Amino acid sequence: MYSFLQGAFDPALVALSAALVIGCAGIPGLFLRKPGPGQILSTVATILAALAGVPASLMLLFSHSTTTYSLEWGLPFGPCELVIDPLSAFFLLPVYLVSAAGSLFAVGYWPAAEHRATERGLTFFYGLLASSMAILLMARNGVFFIMVWEVMALSAYFLLVTEHEREEVRRAGIVYLIATHTGTAALFVYFSLLAAQTGSFMLPAAGSLSALSPYAAIIALAAFIGFGAKAGIMPLHVWLPSAHANAPSHVSAVMSGVMLKMGLYGIFRTLTYFNDPPLLWGAVLTICGITSALLGIAFAVAQRDLKRLLACSSIENIGIITTGLGVAMLGVSSHNSVLVYLGMAGALLHILNHSFFKPLLFLGSGAIIHASGTREMNLMGGLGKGMPRVALLFMVGSVAICGIPPLNGFVSEFLLYLGFFRQLKAHSLIYLVFLAPLLALVGGLAVVAFTKLYSSVFLGSPRSAAAAHPHEAGVTMLVPMAFFALLCLLIGVAPQVALRLVSPAISSFYPQLASAAVSAEYGSILGRLSLAGVLLLTAAALVTLLWRWRLGRSSVASAPTWGCGYQRGTARIQYGATSFSELAVSVFNGIMRQRIERPALTGLFPGAARCSDVPTETLLERIIAPLFTLAGVSFAFLRRLQHGLMHVYMMYIFATLFILMLWAN
Amino acid sequence: MTNGIIHIFLALVMPPLLLGVIGKTKAAFAGRVGAPFLQPYYDILRLLHKGTVFSTTTSWIFRAGPIVALATTAVAALLIPFGAHPSPISFDGDMILYAYLFALGRFFTMSAALDTGSSFEGMGSAREATYSCLAEPTLFFALITLSRLSGSYSLSGMLVNINLGVWMHTSAALLLLVGGMFIVLLAENCRIPFDDPTTHLELTMIHEVMVLDHSGPALAIIHYAAALKLFVLGAFFVHLALPYSTGNPFLDWGLFIISMLELAVVIGVVESVMARLRLIRIPQLLVAATILAAFSTLLVIR
Repeated sequence: MYSFLQGAFDPALVALSAALVIGCAGIPGLFLRKPGPGQILSTVATILAALAGVPASLMLLFSHSTTTYSLEWGLPFGPCELVIDPLSAFFLLPVYLVSAAGSLFAVGYWPAAEHRATERGLTFFYGLLASSMAILLMARNGVFFIMVWEVMALSAYFLLVTEHEREEVRRAGIVYLIATHTGTAALFVYFSLLAAQTGSFMLPAAGSLSALSPYAAIIALAAFIGFGAKAGIMPLHVWLPSAHANAPSHVSAVMSGVMLKMGLYGIFRTLTYFNDPPLLWGAVLTICGITSALLGIAFAVAQRDLKRLLACSSIENIGIITTGLGVAMLGVSSHNSVLVYLGMAGALLHILNHSFFKPLLFLGSGAIIHASGTREMNLMGGLGKGMPRVALLFMVGSVAICGIPPLNGFVSEFLLYLGFFRQLKAHSLIYLVFLAPLLALVGGLAVVAFTKLYSSVFLGSPRSAAAAHPHEAGVTMLVPMAFFALLCLLIGVAPQVALRLVSPAISSFYPQLASAAVSAEYGSILGRLSLAGVLLLTAAALVTLLWRWRLGRSSVASAPTWGCGYQRGTARIQYGATSFSELAVSVFNGIMRQRIERPALTGLFPGAARCSDVPTETLLERIIAPLFTLAGVSFAFLRRLQHGLMHVYMMYIFATLFILMLWAN
Repeated sequence: MTNGIIHIFLALVMPPLLLGVIGKTKAAFAGRVGAPFLQPYYDILRLLHKGTVFSTTTSWIFRAGPIVALATTAVAALLIPFGAHPSPISFDGDMILYAYLFALGRFFTMSAALDTGSSFEGMGSAREATYSCLAEPTLFFALITLSRLSGSYSLSGMLVNINLGVWMHTSAALLLLVGGMFIVLLAENCRIPFDDPTTHLELTMIHEVMVLDHSGPALAIIHYAAALKLFVLGAFFVHLALPYSTGNPFLDWGLFIISMLELAVVIGVVESVMARLRLIRIPQLLVAATILAAFSTLLVIR
């Protein structure tokens, strides 16, 4: 069956055409006069393309082969090569899955009939974003890579500023644009140095560069800045919370679930070039990773904006992935194949997992915003009664993202923990085991953040009039969420299957690894884990039965919540989002702060007053924002060059090129 | 097989007895006769026959809270070895599952409390969330130390390995660990000095205030789950503090039961002689516990 299918068509061609179809899916809508059909057409095309693209990627992943397409494009940078190897195929999976699900969600969330002005552009750029990410994973020519990279970055910008009439959105857009172009500047350095090393713009083959050459460190640093800015690793994350919070929810889902992973892909890909990387690289990645994880989730705890909380938690998850990658690199440098395997397996599986539960949560946040009309968690409450299905699916996502069994987030963190504990018997780098308590702290804080989110949105009674009458999300919004929830559960109860997904990608990363034996060992451990998961579900079912049996034999009444003697309570005296996290924020004071503006009360009968609290990010406000201001002031003279006259701009470009050519000759 | 059956039997039957012993100890200190040892069993049985009142504010989460709390603790009980006997379920990395099972239970208990919309219960869950997140690293430091000492990656391997010989070798590290884990045991089970399980309406409450709105069979399940959690975490602690074994399987079971009862007496004594801490002191004590455990880890891996 398998070989027949492979003989019948070429999976790489299918994956490539699927990417192109998704990219073109939004075009017909641009020319149709009526608003509806274009969106439907694009959704259908995207879903069909994903239905073809996912099995094709799976085949490419398991076939352990690489397929190469070469295109002579007449530009002086060498042929434009498209290659799909297992690493690319692995990253392709979330691209297809999330973009198709988000596209279906958009039909209910951003219906063309209600958003006539913005829907066309949104649909078009959405397809372009998804398509550029898929092609980026195949691109092997540095110049082509950067072109696709820019298409991706810019289409994400246009998606982000969909609601550009709001000032907050425009600000987020500008910050994103600056951050992404800072990253791109680093990538120019990266690709030029790579070309100087190898003599062509083709990306080097695995293990073909020496990490000892003086350029290697600069290449690695440029890659870390360029790709790390896109991934949102800690010192480079400043753009991320506002961008993800202000985009339409299905766009946030794609940005957070997939686009961040493109940055990680760049880092993964770069690390494959070098044989024998120094310990320092792994150490830097590990330290930045665990810092991102800790600080990211600490910021998340303090947030009151629903989507901002989710965005901060993306920083945390990217941090966990980077930690895994860093640990794996330390394993490569110290020739410890167990560490390589567990670190890589944990990192890659967490990439997959995060691209399931984070879109689920972002789509859910879309449904919540749809129902309550706000992102402010302190104004919500009790939505679970009006939208029980969304509440259930959101619960699955929340439990999964906290890394709690029996769902998928636990599996990848479990592999990382195993890797840390195995270090106890290793010959070197034994102190890596201290990452385990730190990761445990991250997990504990994640529980604080997500119980806060879940309870202030769905539980209790509504805290504002807008949240009082929520409506259940439509089918097109529920189906994508249910799909992701199912994937979370499946990976959670059958983790050994998921491990088989990541194994080919690991072996492409570190071919020396005797993957089969090691993966069989951990496959069997994960098998036990899956048994324990089933046992847990059985235990829960048994307790439920016992309880229902007792409940059926006794009286059941309902009454208002007991007010402990005070029966005039209102919804406003409930613990809200801010009050819930206040204690945790005070304990972790310094990393995150709650800026509280208290009114000064004077006299015996003070009048009405306002008290407000804003979570602030120390790093952004104390260090990065002043730096930006400084840069703005010191480069103010350059603004004279900027006057909005297109032909003069083109002349600048021509003059620059001419001078460069003279210089080169 | 026999050991497995005894394990499950003990986990099912014995937990409330610990509460009875603690109560009796406290009564003895106060100069009272106290409730009978079996009082917690009577309480649970009586609650199982009572009717239930559901708050009109609540949804299915409120009903799921007790169920998940009991189910997770029950699975954790199968992972932990009792005395010298390995646990029924044991695999590499089961200690991580053990730690995270409690997180799952906590997630649902806290959500169930917040589901009522009561500010008291909100207060309780906010505290539970913060304190348990501070207690988490301590457990992991303890696991690292134990894993290093035993060379094993499963709870059974780590805990059964500890005997008097290991104690003699690494007494400093294990003493620090006993200190750290005792604090965590008291904090996780909401005992004095962190929390007082006998009063309901104090603003300093954590666990009891979270279950304020549960009634009838659900409350019985919660009480039983709390007892089981004490039993499971206690079994972990007893391995560290009282690492005796005889070699005879049945004597070992007896020894385990006696050790657990001793632990209950110790907790009762602590509760009798100490007052509850001020709330702002609790994080400090928990961080101190983490540092004790971290010290013990440093001592064994240097």
